[in-house]
Amino acid sequence: MPELTDLDAAELGRRLAARELSSVEVTRAYLDRIEAEDGAVGAYLHVDGETALERAAAVDAARAAGEEQGPLAGLPVALKDVFVTEGVPTTSGSKILEGWRPPYDATVAGRLKDAGTVLLGKTNMDEFAMGSSTENSAYQVTRNPWDLSRIPGGSSGGSSAAVAGGLAPWALGTDTGGSIRQPAAVTGLVGHKPTYGSVSRYGLIAFSSSLDQAGPMARTVLDAAVLHEAIGGHDPRDSTSIDAPLPPLAECARRGAAGDLSDLKVGVVRELGGEGHTDGYEEGVLARVAEAVQLLEGMGAEVREVSCPSFDLALPAYYLIAPSEASSNLARFEGMRFGIRVADDGAHDLDEVMALTREQGFGPEVKRRIILGTYALSAGYYEAYYGQAQKVRTLITRDFTAAFADVDVLVSPVTPTVAFPLGTRVDDPLAMYAADLCTLPASLAGLPAISVPCGLSEGLPVGLQIMAPALADDRCYTVAAAVEAALDSARGGRFLDQLPTRAAAGGAA
Amino acid sequence: MTTTHTGERLVDFDEVLTRYEPVIGLETHVELGTASKMFCGCTTTFGAEPNTQTCPVCLGLPGSLPVANAAAIEHTIRIGLALGCRIATWSRFARKNYFYPDIPKGFQTSQYDEPLCTAGHLDVEVDGETYRVEIERVHLEEDTGKNLHVGGATGRIHGADHSLVDFNRAGIPLVEIVTRPIPGTGAKAPEVARAYVTELREIVQALGASDVRMEQGSLRCDVNTSLAPIGSLEWGTRTETKNVNSLRSVERSVRYEMRRQAAVLDAGGRVLQETRHFHEDTGSTSPGRSKEEATDYRYFPEPDLVPLAPDTGWVEKLAADLPELPAARRARLMEEWGLSATEMQWLANAGALGLVTDTVAAGATPGDARKWWLGDLARRANETGVELTELSVTPAQVAELSILVRDGKINDKLARQVLDGVLAGEGGPDEVMTARGLVVMGESDELVAAVEAAIAGAPDVVEKVRGGKVAALGALVGSVMKATRGKADAATVKRMLEERLLAE
Repeated sequence: MPELTDLDAAELGRRLAARELSSVEVTRAYLDRIEAEDGAVGAYLHVDGETALERAAAVDAARAAGEEQGPLAGLPVALKDVFVTEGVPTTSGSKILEGWRPPYDATVAGRLKDAGTVLLGKTNMDEFAMGSSTENSAYQVTRNPWDLSRIPGGSSGGSSAAVAGGLAPWALGTDTGGSIRQPAAVTGLVGHKPTYGSVSRYGLIAFSSSLDQAGPMARTVLDAAVLHEAIGGHDPRDSTSIDAPLPPLAECARRGAAGDLSDLKVGVVRELGGEGHTDGYEEGVLARVAEAVQLLEGMGAEVREVSCPSFDLALPAYYLIAPSEASSNLARFEGMRFGIRVADDGAHDLDEVMALTREQGFGPEVKRRIILGTYALSAGYYEAYYGQAQKVRTLITRDFTAAFADVDVLVSPVTPTVAFPLGTRVDDPLAMYAADLCTLPASLAGLPAISVPCGLSEGLPVGLQIMAPALADDRCYTVAAAVEAALDSARGGRFLDQLPTRAAAGGAA
Repeated sequence: MTTTHTGERLVDFDEVLTRYEPVIGLETHVELGTASKMFCGCTTTFGAEPNTQTCPVCLGLPGSLPVANAAAIEHTIRIGLALGCRIATWSRFARKNYFYPDIPKGFQTSQYDEPLCTAGHLDVEVDGETYRVEIERVHLEEDTGKNLHVGGATGRIHGADHSLVDFNRAGIPLVEIVTRPIPGTGAKAPEVARAYVTELREIVQALGASDVRMEQGSLRCDVNTSLAPIGSLEWGTRTETKNVNSLRSVERSVRYEMRRQAAVLDAGGRVLQETRHFHEDTGSTSPGRSKEEATDYRYFPEPDLVPLAPDTGWVEKLAADLPELPAARRARLMEEWGLSATEMQWLANAGALGLVTDTVAAGATPGDARKWWLGDLARRANETGVELTELSVTPAQVAELSILVRDGKINDKLARQVLDGVLAGEGGPDEVMTARGLVVMGESDELVAAVEAAIAGAPDVVEKVRGGKVAALGALVGSVMKATRGKADAATVKRMLEERLLAE
């Protein structure tokens, strides 16, 4: 029998509802495993086992008393430390917020709380979500459970490592340019970036307001869909929140698993690893993605190549827009009202205290992007940089619109390589930025995109990206579920069961 | 040429105009009277305990997001409509980035190149002459918190021991109304500036958009002034005077800046483009933040808010539903009250139109209301250097006073004494009248005795009256009034004298 921590959230939920398991048992199993293994993985920045167990006990008591409970009641969850949580330390991976205990809950954190979930802890991340390896965290390195010498992806690398490593059944991440999809891909998880505006950003510490989206990271497509449904939907506190009902995501994930894609038209994006655009892509990654495309065809989908020429401009456009917004979003961190304050000794004036606080509170990547963004927004440069980048954004959106006139979904690799070794790109920002190459177009256009495992290359996970038109998140789940079911069936087991450390840990089973 | 106590050299005002032409401009901030703040649900009551009207949004806590206040948008559009502006069909908020402890987010959410209202105008009258003030834009933004600098002599940040910030004001909706530069006002520049702010205040008040109290900061003015040599094709460098907290100060600040800048230019100097601080006590300005190193606010569209696209039909309805505006109201009241254009203009520029209206509404005749506000009360305001509106007497009390006179309970002279008492805080007119014993004497024994004493004491005058010189009666009336210390009613006294001297 597998360990509790190996079960899907859906299965755990079923057993909890049937009272075959208590929330305290599940929570304790996770806490024990975190205790035993997180020293090596480094997924969590903050774990409060006592509070988690109290909460689990309260859910169990309510269930025992016959109170009506939702399907998520008693299920543990981990949150990326970018989500504001009332009374629970929240740092966004930065020294500058060290010690801050927020007085309020992010909308998504509140929704999960209301659904009866148990917060295991807050997961590590690149500082202010800026990075693709979680190495930009001000606190610690997080390691990939598939190979502890490798990165878990980023910026939601704490969440990916926790879920892949059996330290949480599922987790929330955020995605600005790929920060859910890329870590999910390199750790063998399902990660979905919802349509911009379909999940509330209220209480999500902003990196780039026009791009940030929260989304689920899970072991299966169905789990991801269920978690997405729990956090999604309109929020009057977020003006950019779309006032429309969510499509039935979990239902689509279940239906998709049946594997009938006969009405589906799939576009393979040439500019993302196709002919003439393979520089920087690993052969193994391209091979697994090509096999996944064949699999789709085998399930009845009509596949064609699609060209989106403006995608080549996504990287430079993104690295102007995101830093520009970040330079403004991060202005509030000046040591006056929360977090650390440096040099408030009577010998330094206001400007100096603010400058020294920011000097010592922010890490190099954050400073790099603040400087970049400040420059791009400056008088005389605005049009040439920020203005131009916004025009590119429009072009990318048009490419998508044109493509979706012919196909239902677009597919590509999630990231050009498998998880790279820790330390290999941290001193080369441009190489680090290249990890986002395939995820940026959907981010800039605000479209939904999912990462689903499609095999191994050199023993490491490869992700397939499925992109859909705005508000058609259900298509991502349908197609991803079909891929997952077909591969699981061919493999004779779940993707994550191949994880060597898990095999070692759960070897007795 | 005058030199102030601080050593600032000033050219006499009339002389300034022999060599220079002023150009003025005004940026007016109006705190809207909405129940909640611009981007959150916090209340906006003035004067609450510091930092009690705050939440994660107006404190700029990490993760918080703004939601625009619909009532504030509506007020802004109505102000724009009242100023004849074009209302944008597409408008956006923008972030104005700068660091200061009173702006919690490190940027102020404002509007930049896509304001809600543009291209309006406001006509103001000074001494029978109409001046058209072009309005460049009306936009919506949020107020900042309030810094309190503790320690040090000036109450300003330099020299303070430490500073406290009150965020109750942070996020209160603020409408900024910006004029285009106003040339061609010559010697009337100070009065035109004042008349503009006065008229704008009346309009905003009529719209019910704000309580527009300059002393509480719900209406704040930055006054730009520049001088150019007469005949010059280019305008001079302007200064921006802040801390102008009353209508009188608007006028004085322009006057002062014209005199100061003329002295600088006369001496061959260069006027610095800078922010200056107005001092109410001395009527002078002193340099504030220098704008020599221009701040780059790095404006960009606020990504946390969606663009505003006011529906044309809705805007048309707002326009149709505007209340009677002050100019139209003045024309109507001038007719109804029988005022001259000058009197009306004076009342309007003194910001006292509402006082007269309220006095009439409280039961005074328009003539009486005008008499008191334009006469005694105006004189007292002038003598004590305050605005009519700042006098501690209410329109209802003035009406009460006029009714006491009309009913013959007091005469004008007593009424002025009653007013003294009211202004001194002794209570309402009725209370003061009773407490001070300021009642008109009836045909009492005391008055009869006084009349008879006057007749007995001046046989020569009596002789003249009886001889047909009725005008001489005045001397006798005067002596009776003196004997009764003004408490008698002059008309009654006259009648009593006539009865005694002429009836025979």
